[in-house]
Amino acid sequence: MSATEVFAPRSSVDVLATQIAAVAGRSIRRTLRQPALAIPPLVFPVALMFVNAAGLEPSTLLPGFPTDSFLAFALAVPFVQGALFATMNAGTDLARDVQTGFLNRLSLTSMRGSSLLVGQLAGIVVLGLIQSVFYITVGLVVGVDFAAGIGGIAVLLVFSLVVSLGFGALGSFLALRTGTGEAVQGMFPLLFVFLFISSMNTPRDLIAVDWFRFAATVNPVSYLIECVRSLIIEGWDGRALALGFGIAVAIAVLSLSLASWALRERMTRT
Amino acid sequence: MVNADNSIVVEGLVREFKKGPRAVDGIDLRVEPGEIYGFLGPNGAGKSTTVLMLTTLLPPTDGTAKVAGYDVVHEGPQVRSMIGAALQEAALDNLLTGRDHLRLQTMLQGLPRKERKARGEELLVRVGLTEAADRKVGGYSGGMKRRLDLALALVHRPRVLFLDEPTTGLDPQSRTALWDEVARLAREDGVTVFLTTQYLEEADVLADRVGIIDHGRIVAEGTPAALKAEIGRPSVHAIPERETDRARIASLLAQFGDPLGDGDLAVRLHGGYGLADVVRGVDAEGLALHDVELRAPSLDDVFLAKTGRTLEGAAEAEESAPQPAGR
Repeated sequence: MSATEVFAPRSSVDVLATQIAAVAGRSIRRTLRQPALAIPPLVFPVALMFVNAAGLEPSTLLPGFPTDSFLAFALAVPFVQGALFATMNAGTDLARDVQTGFLNRLSLTSMRGSSLLVGQLAGIVVLGLIQSVFYITVGLVVGVDFAAGIGGIAVLLVFSLVVSLGFGALGSFLALRTGTGEAVQGMFPLLFVFLFISSMNTPRDLIAVDWFRFAATVNPVSYLIECVRSLIIEGWDGRALALGFGIAVAIAVLSLSLASWALRERMTRT
Repeated sequence: MVNADNSIVVEGLVREFKKGPRAVDGIDLRVEPGEIYGFLGPNGAGKSTTVLMLTTLLPPTDGTAKVAGYDVVHEGPQVRSMIGAALQEAALDNLLTGRDHLRLQTMLQGLPRKERKARGEELLVRVGLTEAADRKVGGYSGGMKRRLDLALALVHRPRVLFLDEPTTGLDPQSRTALWDEVARLAREDGVTVFLTTQYLEEADVLADRVGIIDHGRIVAEGTPAALKAEIGRPSVHAIPERETDRARIASLLAQFGDPLGDGDLAVRLHGGYGLADVVRGVDAEGLALHDVELRAPSLDDVFLAKTGRTLEGAAEAEESAPQPAGR
């Protein structure tokens, strides 16, 4: 007897949900079983935040600096930095599947390509959520007052999920195109450059060097950080939220489209 | 509609790679339902490329192939629902346990929730991995990984099973265990098995029929016995009781056949002679043998006869040749 005879037909939604749950479960299980992958996205951004805050606290004395706590100002950065780790984790995992032939194993099942991508990204999004809760908790513990209140924290979590999804899809695209984890990891420093030439350490209007201010202004990462920052230190800033969410959604849509295309190219099954 | 045909029918199958050789060069073959078909050839001969095409993972450049009655190009999903495959080098996730793998596979293959666990346990028992089921696969031996690979291929009760060099790198005990399970699947469950191998013994012991592939073409096909019979006569190998008799025994043996010229006292028998004739001849001359053995022609002899090379030599030559670039 074959599968087609033994197993009763199920709705396509049920099948899709089961497949996504299976792949997402694996993705989460894999990450949690690799402390070397799960811990750095939690610890490294927070450590960098404290180091920066210790050295750059006097920046808050600059006229026009939006807060008197550099820690509150810097707390936005881990949310984006953590998402960059998601890029690397998602990409490295998928690249390993390509290299080891595990993707072929999955291709031989009745799994849909979309289930693989969505499931893999669902795992990344769940981990992104855990990271965000951790950063928020750290912020609360060190006395950061979230200006937008509980509602702002909820919006912050939703924003983190969108950003994790976008960067995770970008990592998946890189993995599917290159097929090697090394290539994905090679892109990580480049993504970090985007972080460092953004408004992560100084508000854009206070950046004195012209070229740096220009680079930070055209760098989409600046708007992701400023969206989070607005919820922490300013309250409800419609423009910052619209720009941040707009760019995060645009990155997610573009990355997902690219990853879907790359997956179709990679899964050459007939 | 359910298709009851478990056969594999291939006509003129071709696969060319960009900037590379014609990996599969127009092969025709037919595997009957419930048959174990051994696809024998050196590395790079085109075995794995053929399997990738038959399992829908690689589109053919030309030709047609039907697996379980479905066209591998136009009916890929139907083919995949009918087949199980353990491809070269068990593709497992070292961070997952054996049970995790089965859970994932049963979900992705669409088994109903209430049947998943039972099917997983049944397969763990079948491949002897119950005790190791909750250990991460990274700690498994090569044999355990291969057995898990086989279990995963069987999750959805496939009609046709593709095994790509399933015993490469395994110790003899693990190899024999896997052979037993594959044979049982074919004999008891009626599963059609397409098995690629570079081991002569594996093809000889396990396969009902063998296809020998070299440079992308099938150069011989038939039952192992028929193929060996095709190239003919057995050989006699003798070890003298007294080393001083070596020359006399060699001279005597030459009356019964053509010396094999490999340093042993061995001849390929002429037609009409058998082992008994040789033994009687030795007795009549008053000579004594420590041991004497009649050896049937091997599949390596078949490969040699069909390609002019031994399988081992062909493998070494293929390994040093450039590999296909890209799909």
